[in-house]
Amino acid sequence: MTRPRRVLAVASGGGHWVQLTRLIPAWDGCEVTYVTTDPGFRAEVEALAAARGQPRPGYRVVTEANRWQKLRLLRSLIQIALVLIRARPDVVITTGAAPGYFALRLAALLGSRTVWIDSIANAEDMSLAGKKAGAHCDLWLTQWEHLAGDGGPEYRGSVL
Amino acid sequence: MIFLTVGTHEPFDRLVRSVDGWCAATGRGAEMFGQITDHAGYRPSHFEAVASLEPAEYRRRFAMADFVISHAGMGSIITALSMQKPIVILPRRGHLRETRNDHQFATMERFAGRPGIFAARDEHELPGLLAGAADGDATEMGKLSQFGDGQLIEALRTFIQGPAAKG
Repeated sequence: MTRPRRVLAVASGGGHWVQLTRLIPAWDGCEVTYVTTDPGFRAEVEALAAARGQPRPGYRVVTEANRWQKLRLLRSLIQIALVLIRARPDVVITTGAAPGYFALRLAALLGSRTVWIDSIANAEDMSLAGKKAGAHCDLWLTQWEHLAGDGGPEYRGSVL
Repeated sequence: MIFLTVGTHEPFDRLVRSVDGWCAATGRGAEMFGQITDHAGYRPSHFEAVASLEPAEYRRRFAMADFVISHAGMGSIITALSMQKPIVILPRRGHLRETRNDHQFATMERFAGRPGIFAARDEHELPGLLAGAADGDATEMGKLSQFGDGQLIEALRTFIQGPAAKG
């Protein structure tokens, strides 16, 4: 008998989160924990899970930080490390931004398989974090076909 | 109601100021409700605005609105498409330091022309587009499915269920 896969689904609040929630059917049947930066999205994912006959998902909140806020970044990094150690995910999936990048890098070190889905907001060029994630993830995706290929990310569709 | 949102993170004074001017000129300020962030340098004098909204309240305001005015952020655009709300978007610009680069301008160009999306290149185009959105017909907007591209979801599912970790 195989146990359900443990999935950590990570996204900052705002557009990154909206995109993550459009991929929810991908982890039906898994033991999922969401990691985001706002406590207010919990009801939404719990309702979506219930509507799909899935168990109540885990939900963790970490500090929001951008690349200029060094102290907040550090706090976010430590929180994410603790979440990862507790949740021991098989797979980490993120739509960005900074918290997703941290989760992906740390998870790769801990032996989880990882997916970076670059935000659909990056239509001309991948995000900085997205470019850096490429060397460290198992599945590296852009949502724009013209950005895919030749040593770059793959295109497998978009959240729209 | 008309709902103005500039996103969660950074202020967008140029958009708020333009919408304030439009309210002054058209007398529609009483219909407008804005979410303008904690760090807004410009405070509108012709409509009510708050710094931030809880996710549930954000969705409620969005759902109530006749149309939405927003920065060219994907959260707002996807929410508008999924709720079939006409949306007027103005991209933040890198050279004006409204965000780190011109990715919102690219987003605006990619989504311009979709039914229900009124894309302004700059603030001078706003008044005309606001008038268009106010008279617009949301029934032309296709209903976005609840979830993303089936192919992408399937690719992720296959990956998740695929061979377990290296170690």
